[in-house]
Amino acid sequence: MTTNTLDRRTSLSIFERMLMIRHFEEAVIELYKQGRFVSHYHIYIGQEATGGAVLEALGETDLICTTHRNHGHIIGRGCDPNRAMAEILGRASGFNGGRSGTLHISDPSHGFLSTSAVVGGCAGLATGAAFGLKVKRVSQVAVGFFGDGSLEEGLVIESFNIAALWKLPVVYVCENNSAGAMGPQQGGYPTAITATDGFTRLPAAYGIHCVKVDGTDIGAVHAAAIEAVGRCRSGNGPVFIEAFTTRWPGSSPLWPELATVTDLEAAFDPARIVGPHADWSRNHDPLLRAARELVASGHASRDELLARDKDARSRIAAAADFAIKSPMPAPATVGDHVFA
Amino acid sequence: MRKISYAEAIVEALRISLAEDPCVSLVGSYVLGLGPKRVLMDPIRAEFPDRIFDPPTSEAAIVSVGAGAAMAGARPFVDIGTASFSYVGWSPLVNEAAVARHMSNGALRVPVVYHMLHGLRGGGAAQHSHSPQAMLWNAAGLEIVLPSSPHDVKGLMRSAIKSDNPTVFVNHARLMDIQGDVPEGDYTIPFGRADIKRAGRDVTVIATSYVVQTALLAAETLAGEGIDVEVLDPRTLVPLDQEMILKSVGRTGRLVVVDETNLSCGIASELSAIVAEHGFKSLRAPIMRVARPNIPTPFSRPLEEAITPTADKICDAVRRVMAWT
Repeated sequence: MTTNTLDRRTSLSIFERMLMIRHFEEAVIELYKQGRFVSHYHIYIGQEATGGAVLEALGETDLICTTHRNHGHIIGRGCDPNRAMAEILGRASGFNGGRSGTLHISDPSHGFLSTSAVVGGCAGLATGAAFGLKVKRVSQVAVGFFGDGSLEEGLVIESFNIAALWKLPVVYVCENNSAGAMGPQQGGYPTAITATDGFTRLPAAYGIHCVKVDGTDIGAVHAAAIEAVGRCRSGNGPVFIEAFTTRWPGSSPLWPELATVTDLEAAFDPARIVGPHADWSRNHDPLLRAARELVASGHASRDELLARDKDARSRIAAAADFAIKSPMPAPATVGDHVFA
Repeated sequence: MRKISYAEAIVEALRISLAEDPCVSLVGSYVLGLGPKRVLMDPIRAEFPDRIFDPPTSEAAIVSVGAGAAMAGARPFVDIGTASFSYVGWSPLVNEAAVARHMSNGALRVPVVYHMLHGLRGGGAAQHSHSPQAMLWNAAGLEIVLPSSPHDVKGLMRSAIKSDNPTVFVNHARLMDIQGDVPEGDYTIPFGRADIKRAGRDVTVIATSYVVQTALLAAETLAGEGIDVEVLDPRTLVPLDQEMILKSVGRTGRLVVVDETNLSCGIASELSAIVAEHGFKSLRAPIMRVARPNIPTPFSRPLEEAITPTADKICDAVRRVMAWT
């Protein structure tokens, strides 16, 4: 069932990150439905085990660049959900004063340098951040999260070449979420369109160490991330992790829909799983899987997990409330922060 | 004062910057181009072997790596080479480096310099002769520097490397050999400070980069005809010294803008619009632009010359604004 050999503290810490991400994302969809913000946006549900476990493996001073499916990474990093939600609603109290919205959230004070919504853009920035760390002769690492579609961009392939040539301390986390997706042919959100039969062939061509993991398995992802970060810190150059997940049904259409609503008790009572997306919930939901594994391994009781779930829900509800009540930015400030 | 070449002045600025700050690194070492002047970089290469990185021919990634490194606290000086190739790196330039500070609400600094060689250089044809500074001026968030003399390039390059903003440093391929007075020691020239390269009473000629030299030649010819030309060099487009431009036109009442970017939406067009909008009362004649026509750069010499802003074309334009009644 699992390669999970994580200790109790680590498992629960990852689970906590996943819970916060899940409820944050469900709240974002709800706030969009209420008309609280206008924008296209991308939801991280279904990939929480990848983000949660990779971010668990990082140190406080490591640097992160991510892509448009970014909410999970900012919340999983432990950045303030109030300010993240306020940013998505375009509020003055948001991380970026309403200048980023969902598309570009960053929190450099937590090493979260950038969300680039240009597909593949973050791979170049993460490579550059790693180059900056190398120039500064520090032992931090940079992580770049991106989807499998990014491998269609030339900039990403060029970045692999540079990272390999200069042995840069960068971990590329490719979140392959194309399984089960609809794609443009069926009117859904884009999926990878590629002639390669394996994405790891591309970084491997430059001699980059590549690892494939089940992106819903917190133990496997965490082990891969710990190894990758260790290799980088020891000066062995870049690592490429491909984490496979099955597309959450709510992210299959062009615009996100709340296709499933999390019911953590269903992890322990499969009869509670019903509806058109029962297969996804039963077999591909990383949160339910992690909950089952935590109980099976004896790291936590059902009640303990349910209590944590309740607590995460209330913190996210508070974040939504904070965001809604926050003021909009003043138009007169529009010209601020163009230059240092 | 001693005279050195424009290329030697660049090398001095780079050397001082590398010695001063360990966070400064060079990504690409053919800053002086591929011509004979490139050997002037050899001493720097020898002195800072672990601070100079020759990257693959991957402009998009190089620009992106520069932006990311700057976000992480380094100060990379990234050489794009021929400015025409900067278009390959356009997305990270305008979508990442230029906007990162604003998107982060001021939380990020992006102290990166992008260096490139622009302009009509003789035989460069359509893919090696571009002057992208006007397009870059249309992308908010980049400082744009256009030196025209050995003295200016040294001081402006020192400021560019110290700047906390993404800076596009555009040198003209034809300036590398020109000689000029350059102080031996360290100095900086602040951005946003225009320079009167030649004072005159009758007409203001604004020019940047190599065409400043062309404008100075034209001014000599016109002096023989009794026309006293003032040549004003903004030196940086962003920030722009609008005040000095308006003051000069306020004194002369006439303006000719010379530039190597295209006539449409080019630097000459923007500067003309600024003076028309804010200095209309000073004008005694229509503003004239001597820019390149909207034609791709042809290879053959007479064809290339046909689109080049030459001293003759500048003289004609100045005579026309002087004759306006």
